[in-house]
Amino acid sequence: MDFWDVLFVAARVVLAFVIPLVAVIFLVWGERKINADMTNRIGPNRAGPWGILQTVADGLKLFFKEQVTPRKVEFLLYAAAPILALIPAFMTFLVIPWGEGFTWEIGGKVREFAFVGADLNIGVLFFLAMSSVAVYAIVLAGWSSGSKYPLLGGIRGTAQAISYEAAMGLAIVAVILFASTTSTDGGTLSFVELVERQRGTWDEVVSLPGGLSWFENVLGLIPRWNILPQFIAFVIFMIAAVAETNRAPFDLVEAEQELVGGFHTEYSGFRFAMFFLAEYTNMFNMSAIAVVLFFGGWDGPTFDQWLPGIIVTFLPLFWFLLKTAAVLFVYIWIRATWPRLRYDQLMNLGWKRLIPAALVWLIASTVVVSVRQFGWPWA
Amino acid sequence: MIELILFIIVAAVAIFGALTVVFARNPVYGAMGLMMTLFSLAVFYVVHLAHLVAAVQVIVYAGAVMTLFLFVIMMIGVDRDEDNTEKLPMQRQFVGALGLVIVLVAGIAAVGGRFDWVRPAASTVEANGTVQEVGKLLFTEWILPFEATSLLLIIAAAGAIALAYFGPRRRDREDA
Repeated sequence: MDFWDVLFVAARVVLAFVIPLVAVIFLVWGERKINADMTNRIGPNRAGPWGILQTVADGLKLFFKEQVTPRKVEFLLYAAAPILALIPAFMTFLVIPWGEGFTWEIGGKVREFAFVGADLNIGVLFFLAMSSVAVYAIVLAGWSSGSKYPLLGGIRGTAQAISYEAAMGLAIVAVILFASTTSTDGGTLSFVELVERQRGTWDEVVSLPGGLSWFENVLGLIPRWNILPQFIAFVIFMIAAVAETNRAPFDLVEAEQELVGGFHTEYSGFRFAMFFLAEYTNMFNMSAIAVVLFFGGWDGPTFDQWLPGIIVTFLPLFWFLLKTAAVLFVYIWIRATWPRLRYDQLMNLGWKRLIPAALVWLIASTVVVSVRQFGWPWA
Repeated sequence: MIELILFIIVAAVAIFGALTVVFARNPVYGAMGLMMTLFSLAVFYVVHLAHLVAAVQVIVYAGAVMTLFLFVIMMIGVDRDEDNTEKLPMQRQFVGALGLVIVLVAGIAAVGGRFDWVRPAASTVEANGTVQEVGKLLFTEWILPFEATSLLLIIAAAGAIALAYFGPRRRDREDA
């Protein structure tokens, strides 16, 4: 552990903080633009070219606005809630790998710079822990505001988060189970390792009987991402992810027509900005995790024969961000086109559709994995 | 050294949280204090390389159990003017005396340098709390207790549903 090692770790952590922050700036702008296009409006177009600086302008405005504190709030928790919203949001991205990393000879040693904040061996569990802690911000904000609408929003938020976390966890378990068969090392819960196991193409793992061997050429063109074998898990994960981040059509926590602003009704100025930032960071995190679990993370064409080294090094980061942007587009698309669910519909979907579907899919995955590992029981 | 500093900080937080649970007038602050203690325990587990236990601690206790506590507190509503008159006959004095005895015993042990009563575990196997190791143990050596526990939880859940749905007051609820 010398100076350079410390510097590398510090750089990784700072990058893991800055990437979601910058991504959110573009995400908020992109959401407003795409929403505007889908509803036949123009959207922000004043601040900077195509209005791209709109988010920065909004952020600055909120920063300088007065923070109104209503008389009936429980001040300690009222002030703590926005902070509690931001911490899990930024902690989550810490375990998500965003590139392959590179080696660099400096300070007399060849050092490795991994493109991940921290490669935890329990990365997936860490993510689940953070997403389950994130609900505290909503609950506490709702309760401490000392007002009716925020309290209703907070209670809805609790029930919703508990319901959809279970489905999300079950969908992820199916993916982890499948990933444990793709390597001789057994199972893993590290996001970095999960990405590594999705590299390459399908013909490396699938061996077909003689008559069908021509099909292996086709398989040789398809990347070995989990999306193909685990498509149902992906659908369940995505629905649960939209619900977890309280986005439309699951935004009952802040349903404008019913609850004014929901849990953040009594918040203004920078405290509101923190909630806003946390929500969009969570969206970015969820998309990044969908990419890591199902779309091979930073895996993509490398072009290492044609492009100079520096571009080859950063190309995985580009693929990762491109895929994440694609998933985020789906997020925004869903928001722009689907009406909000009623509360009982939300609960029905969560408990009576998603969780049973996830359980059945998990059992089916288990059967397939066991047969591949141990053979048919009667054979 | 780092471990000691970390321990002192986190232990202080854990004790502060525990005291909050007992002394906070408002149950929501009490719940937050309990959550603080649970988080500190998770940090201790990480320090002892029990990563899985730490993650499960946060997911289950901080994530699910405490959220439900908060949910219940908020649903029932926080009544700040609680009745604080003493209703217990002797318990307070008894607990006080017991605490004094424990402090005395601990003090004698500390003064007498007899802390070697408390020894590290006899096995010399290095602690290994990785998911793989815990999983192997759970599904081989401890499979029966593990499954029995899951059965117990199912029975508890089914029992709760049965009590809520088929209790004697069912008619009242439907009328309401």
